[in-house]
Amino acid sequence: MEQARISEMLQEFLGDRVVDAGEFRGQHWVTVRPDSLLDALHYLRDTPELDFNMLMDIGGVDYSEHPVPRAWRFEIAYQMYSLAHNHRFRVKVAVEDDSVEVPSVWKSWRTANWQEREVFDQFGIRFSGHPNLRRILNHDDFVGHPLRKDYPINRRQKLSRPIENLLTDDPDWA
Amino acid sequence: MGLESRSETPYITTTVDAVVNWGRKYSLWPMPFGTACCAIEFMGIVGNRYDISRFGAELVRFSPRQADLLLVMGTITQKMAPVLRQIYDQMPDPKWVISMGACASSGGFYDNYSVVQGIDELVPVDVYVAGCPPRPENVIGAVVKLQEKVTRESTAQWR
Ligand code: SF4
Repeated sequence: MEQARISEMLQEFLGDRVVDAGEFRGQHWVTVRPDSLLDALHYLRDTPELDFNMLMDIGGVDYSEHPVPRAWRFEIAYQMYSLAHNHRFRVKVAVEDDSVEVPSVWKSWRTANWQEREVFDQFGIRFSGHPNLRRILNHDDFVGHPLRKDYPINRRQKLSRPIENLLTDDPDWA
Repeated sequence: MGLESRSETPYITTTVDAVVNWGRKYSLWPMPFGTACCAIEFMGIVGNRYDISRFGAELVRFSPRQADLLLVMGTITQKMAPVLRQIYDQMPDPKWVISMGACASSGGFYDNYSVVQGIDELVPVDVYVAGCPPRPENVIGAVVKLQEKVTRESTAQWR
């Protein structure tokens, strides 16, 4: 299905809960508030002619130094894909600041477990209901969230713990 | 020396250092610590076209306890740093380190929050190899340089 049509259907479903919607080079998106995220994604997944059964990626953006100012600081982008229909769509969540929690979607797409951990690690955004919200790329002694615009790009932090502490039988570690 | 030719059984006189170093330099056993694209180039170096075995260093060991040449090939992150140090510590003496490529030698173009700016912060390096990635000839050149260095060493300096 055409992305423009998917965007129409989703906006029709969400009504006034749509914060923003647009198109760039043929790629459409719809932006929502965190409390409508699950509704929007589940609508995309559960409508048979849409059937977005695959969550490709979750990415964060920090707009605090962006030339076009926005009312919110972060956006989280959910890249959706349908294996059956071979179409894609992008849903974004507007997040005011890091005090706002975004609902975790790991129950619907298991892959979200690690992807949300990455967004948490790099941007410090919390996902409510996540089973294991810990750093995934940076080491455990890291302080701060390096992909935020206010993190100095080359502030390095040493991990000086002995390696024994890194190896663990903790089943949560995966 | 002159003595040798007077004996019925030929022999030569030399020093322990010369014999041991001669043996060591032609049988370096590399431990490849490959973390990024440079490690792909290493496949070319051990492959038949460039063939590092011509210089006696083809017996690649994946256990540091069986190796004496640590080849660090690729970007080392702060999270990886303790692992690299532990691998180095696990290698028995005598041991040498070649830092292959811009990333391992200086952090390369990753002047960012996560990358170690040169593995000499972590382990002593014998030979640095420039390039991104270095040409296989360049790495073989580093092995030859290291062989020269081994020749000059004293066996007494290693425990
Ligand atoms: S020096 Fe270049 S080729 Fe080697 S690991 Fe770094 S980026 Fe990759």
